[in-house]
Amino acid sequence: MSASIAVTPADIVREAAALRQSLEAGFREEVVTSLYGEVERITRRAVHDSGSRPLELDQRIDHIVTSRWLGLPLMLVILAVIFWITIVGANVPSQMLAAAFFWFEDLAAGWFTQLGVPWWLTGFLWHGVYRGLAWVISVMLPPMAIFFPLFTILEDLGYLPRVAFNLDYLFKRAGAHGKQALSMAMGFGCNAAGIIATRVIDSPRERLVAILTNNFVPCNGRFPTLIMLATVFVAAAFPPAVASLVAAGSVVGIVLVGVLFTLVVSWALSRTILRGEASAFTLELPPYRRPGFARILYTSLIDRTLFVLWRAILTAAPAGAVIWLLANITPGGVSLATRTADFLDPLGWAIGLDGVILLAYIIAIPANEIVVPTMLMVYMSQGMMTELDSLDGLRVLLVDRHGWTMLTAVNLMLFSLLHNPCATTIITIYKETLSAKWTTIGALMPLVIAFAVTFLTAATARAFFGF
Amino acid sequence: MSTEHACETCPMHTEMAQLGAAVGGFDRVVALAGNPNTGKSTLFNALTGLRQHTGNWPGKTVTRAEGGFQFGGVRYKLVDLPGTYSLLSASDDEEVARNFLLFGRPDCTVVVVDASALERNLYLVLQVLEITDRVVVAVNLMDEAKRRGIDVDTRSLARDLGVPAVPIVARTSENVMALLGEVAAVSAGETVTRPLRPKGTPEFERAVSRLVPLIETAAPGVPNARWIAIRLLDGDASVEEALASGRLAELVARQQAPDARFSRKIALQGAQ
Repeated sequence: MSASIAVTPADIVREAAALRQSLEAGFREEVVTSLYGEVERITRRAVHDSGSRPLELDQRIDHIVTSRWLGLPLMLVILAVIFWITIVGANVPSQMLAAAFFWFEDLAAGWFTQLGVPWWLTGFLWHGVYRGLAWVISVMLPPMAIFFPLFTILEDLGYLPRVAFNLDYLFKRAGAHGKQALSMAMGFGCNAAGIIATRVIDSPRERLVAILTNNFVPCNGRFPTLIMLATVFVAAAFPPAVASLVAAGSVVGIVLVGVLFTLVVSWALSRTILRGEASAFTLELPPYRRPGFARILYTSLIDRTLFVLWRAILTAAPAGAVIWLLANITPGGVSLATRTADFLDPLGWAIGLDGVILLAYIIAIPANEIVVPTMLMVYMSQGMMTELDSLDGLRVLLVDRHGWTMLTAVNLMLFSLLHNPCATTIITIYKETLSAKWTTIGALMPLVIAFAVTFLTAATARAFFGF
Repeated sequence: MSTEHACETCPMHTEMAQLGAAVGGFDRVVALAGNPNTGKSTLFNALTGLRQHTGNWPGKTVTRAEGGFQFGGVRYKLVDLPGTYSLLSASDDEEVARNFLLFGRPDCTVVVVDASALERNLYLVLQVLEITDRVVVAVNLMDEAKRRGIDVDTRSLARDLGVPAVPIVARTSENVMALLGEVAAVSAGETVTRPLRPKGTPEFERAVSRLVPLIETAAPGVPNARWIAIRLLDGDASVEEALASGRLAELVARQQAPDARFSRKIALQGAQ
């Protein structure tokens, strides 16, 4: 350390600039040109291309998969098939799980009573905490265990970059980055993961657009809600033979609404607070690779399914406890749950929902996946206990006892699609942007949009269709 | 190729152990670099036994993932860098990769290249060679290339580049032991490499040698002052900024800290 010389960094930068002046212009181009020449020579010596390959299979597939006319429809068909398999496959296991869990709830509560445990402790533990867990596992586990492996196969196969390729044009028109399609696709699994995936976008402006709009694709926590509503309400109006197709179709429809909102909001952001043009980029279409099935099972079941489920369980147990307390603390003979729900009812009505649904959304802020279970538990705690051993029972509970209509179902789907991201996602937005301002916008913008859209649909339905 | 299956039975094979995320007390650091989607994460998983999320889309690994393995009685820390096409521009992942190569002082850097797209991959190899001479090139996806009728002569490649080049199939761990053998030799300094570095004009070289001692004085302990000098002559704003703000010295310290920013969470971050 020779302090006597005392070279400051600024000196060095200045010196470098001076030296650069003294060098012939284009000195670096020479180096780069020689580099390219070198690379070409090395490649020629090392690579032996037999040259006999026909038009590669990959290219032929890409010709179809990314073609102008077939690309998008094919994507929708693939999406619909995945949802259809998920809906059909998850139905029976879900009901079996629910039946088993609730059978055990009664059994265990019975034991507690026999042992002389105070009623409130039994109620709190078994009808509160345990029931919350049971709902979440039986509603979420089967669809996830089917959806995630299917999605991971697509990812491993190399299909996602093709999706980005197909959607590039639309995103560019919206002033957003074409790679936003990649982060959007990852959002189907989990919006927090989708927001981390926006790191593939270099431009900060376009990355922010991608982060703020990631919420509009339904994550796996929200799919069970959408699937349930599609099955119980939309599909129930059709003959059983086509019901599952209709259900899958309506989930695809709601996903398309989400993509539409992604594009429209990206467009609006690019013209207002995040003004700018879409930047060009090159996206490599990687070769299709045969997915490794062992790894797919591991990634999708351990890393994804159990990860999401564990998080849901962590939030469902306290939520179950809160609901039980709200339902069983009854100052003046009326439970807190009913009081709160009644208080929220006018606001709920205005957007085509009701107070219970809003209460469920408030309790479920930590994790979207527990909205439906929370809602059902609040409904059930209000009146008599209905054993929900089938989807018909669910329908009876919601339609006959609590006055649900098609408007309620559609608006709940829209609200679920558009409302604010879950707490994990909000924290992830903060970690990625390190900005309280953008985190707030990321949380509130979807909420405002959700209220506005559902208010409009409710008003329209009431004015013109007599709901 | 005689190397293809020879190593499955050799004693070295039994000496390899995956250490997962346990990288404490490692002896050497190995960096994994390469273009996006060349199978770096697959190789990383094969070596460490971790489940860094792999997916067939470019840009998936966005942070440094770290894990450990043991080979021939030596404990290695393996650092999976984000996939990049170059080390020159200032995008986030290129900067992560570049900073680690420059200041993390890996004992060996494995550049994973796609056998089917060698030419495009070689630009990154040459840029890495400009930074460090302890490099082994892993020519991955040999099976895919073969199916397309492409064969890569790794001996010719190694001769031209001046560093070892090993054909592998990371997905099936084929020939990975041979790769580790080269990594061990290079990181121990047993294999002396002679990396290919295109020389500039005499004036350019003179300018570089004027700057190098200045940089070494201003930021003592900086590895690879030559590379920094070249970037400065090039007018690389991010390097200028790092030098002026004192971040260069800070970067050196941070990247060399033991277990620098290691966390299992980061290793698994792509996996949510």
